[in-house]
Amino acid sequence: MDTLQQVRLVWKPIIFLLCLLPLALVVTDANGLTAGLGANPVEEILDRFGNWGLRFIMITLAITPLRRITGWTWLLRFRRMFGLFTFFYVALHFTTYVWLDQGLMMSVILEDIVKRPFITLGFAAFLLLLAMAVTSTNGIRRRMRRRWDQLHYSVYIVGILGVWHYWWQVKADIVEPLIYAVILAVLLGVRLRWRMRQRSLAASRD
Amino acid sequence: MLIRKPTDIRPSEITSKANYLNRRDFMRAGAIAGGSLLAGPSLAAVVPGENRAKLPDVGKSDFSTDETPNSYEDVTTYNNYYEFGTGKEDPYRYAQDFKARPWSITVEGHAEKTGTFDFEDFVKPFDLEERIYRMRCVEAWSMVIPWVGISLTDVIKHLQPTSKAKYVAFETLNDPQQMPGLRRRVLDWPYREGLTMAEATNPLTIFAVGIYGEVLPNQNGAPIRLVVPWKYGFKGIKGIVKMRFTETMPATSWNMSAPREYGFYANVNPEVDHPRWSQARERRIGAGLFAERQKTLMFNGYGEQVAHLYKDLDLRRNF
Repeated sequence: MDTLQQVRLVWKPIIFLLCLLPLALVVTDANGLTAGLGANPVEEILDRFGNWGLRFIMITLAITPLRRITGWTWLLRFRRMFGLFTFFYVALHFTTYVWLDQGLMMSVILEDIVKRPFITLGFAAFLLLLAMAVTSTNGIRRRMRRRWDQLHYSVYIVGILGVWHYWWQVKADIVEPLIYAVILAVLLGVRLRWRMRQRSLAASRD
Repeated sequence: MLIRKPTDIRPSEITSKANYLNRRDFMRAGAIAGGSLLAGPSLAAVVPGENRAKLPDVGKSDFSTDETPNSYEDVTTYNNYYEFGTGKEDPYRYAQDFKARPWSITVEGHAEKTGTFDFEDFVKPFDLEERIYRMRCVEAWSMVIPWVGISLTDVIKHLQPTSKAKYVAFETLNDPQQMPGLRRRVLDWPYREGLTMAEATNPLTIFAVGIYGEVLPNQNGAPIRLVVPWKYGFKGIKGIVKMRFTETMPATSWNMSAPREYGFYANVNPEVDHPRWSQARERRIGAGLFAERQKTLMFNGYGEQVAHLYKDLDLRRNF
């Protein structure tokens, strides 16, 4: 087996299953098979899925810088999977909010989305992720051509919206959203530096 | 010589409940016989220091709700007590070794009886009563908690505030050695709260010293905390070391931290939303994963007792 085959046949399935662990743990916790969800299970589930959404977007955004630093091109083979897991956990977070937290009361949910800026931000991020998830197949990518790249650049916006959503939601202790903000700043910062360097290289060639 | 270890049998295990009740009746009879009827059947509030010790001589109250209280586990593992950390389970985790004895309370400001009092002496003149109250957190969740406490009205009468006293301010212990949450400036420590004199002397307001007939656990604010059931939970300041009678409205911690979001009054009000979430409905802790939120009641359902306090106040502006 060459590296790419190894990635496809061995590592991808393993990582895929590992990415499902946070969901599995929520299910076993809810059934009392593991530690449990505490006194406020709805809040706990909402927080866990939201946190995993943020973690997966950080992981997804870390792929390209890691590949450039290490030279491991096979890392790119995981990018779409991590992007889809970001969508998966954000969708679970959104479903938990709509169903378990708000009891499917559409009038209340719509009011929240319109009136509460942190929910507006989160909802916008969810819609962008949804658009990227449904256009993630190879066929659609080919058909969309340049428009596909334009749409999928919004992954950076999703990262910013996600951290902002979390930051505005906490009451006073901003340590956790701050950690995400620093990681995001590094991940976006390196891209900005590359772009600036590229531009200055291009300019010096002229 | 035989040196005996102190027995670990609690007095509550020796005295049966029937005997407590007998003692109550006996003392009441004695008080009447002694001609001190006017003073009422004053039974000294005895609050032991040991963890989970039973509180003796706890009376009942008409103010108690007949709703089912939350489990002891819910009440003692899901707390907001930022002095021990901002996570809901942090107080349970990090308050276990907290020393709620010896404890003293300082009374300052416009009152005749000011000074520093030992906790046991401070609570001794008053009757212990069980008050099963709804507790509505500003974060839109709620519980039903069987508090044991003393009437704040009684305490205030005893301290004899002067006519200048318009408000009562409270402060929590500020001891970073024992309270790890204080090492980070999440709020401007010490935690501060306050009430108008009319609110403080409303019959619903108590100083709680216990839950479930037992001594107050550390994570719930041992040894003494405020309970104001028609206000959001953050008004219920925990681990109180200072009480001050003031002429002007005292600064309060959450209001200092985010004045747009948390007011001085903080009355439970389904019609006035928090800027970031609706206050119309609440999640009752313990109701289960698929339970719907329930409607939040004006003044948390205590309007009959407290609505008159605010009849001249615009509650939308004074949130």
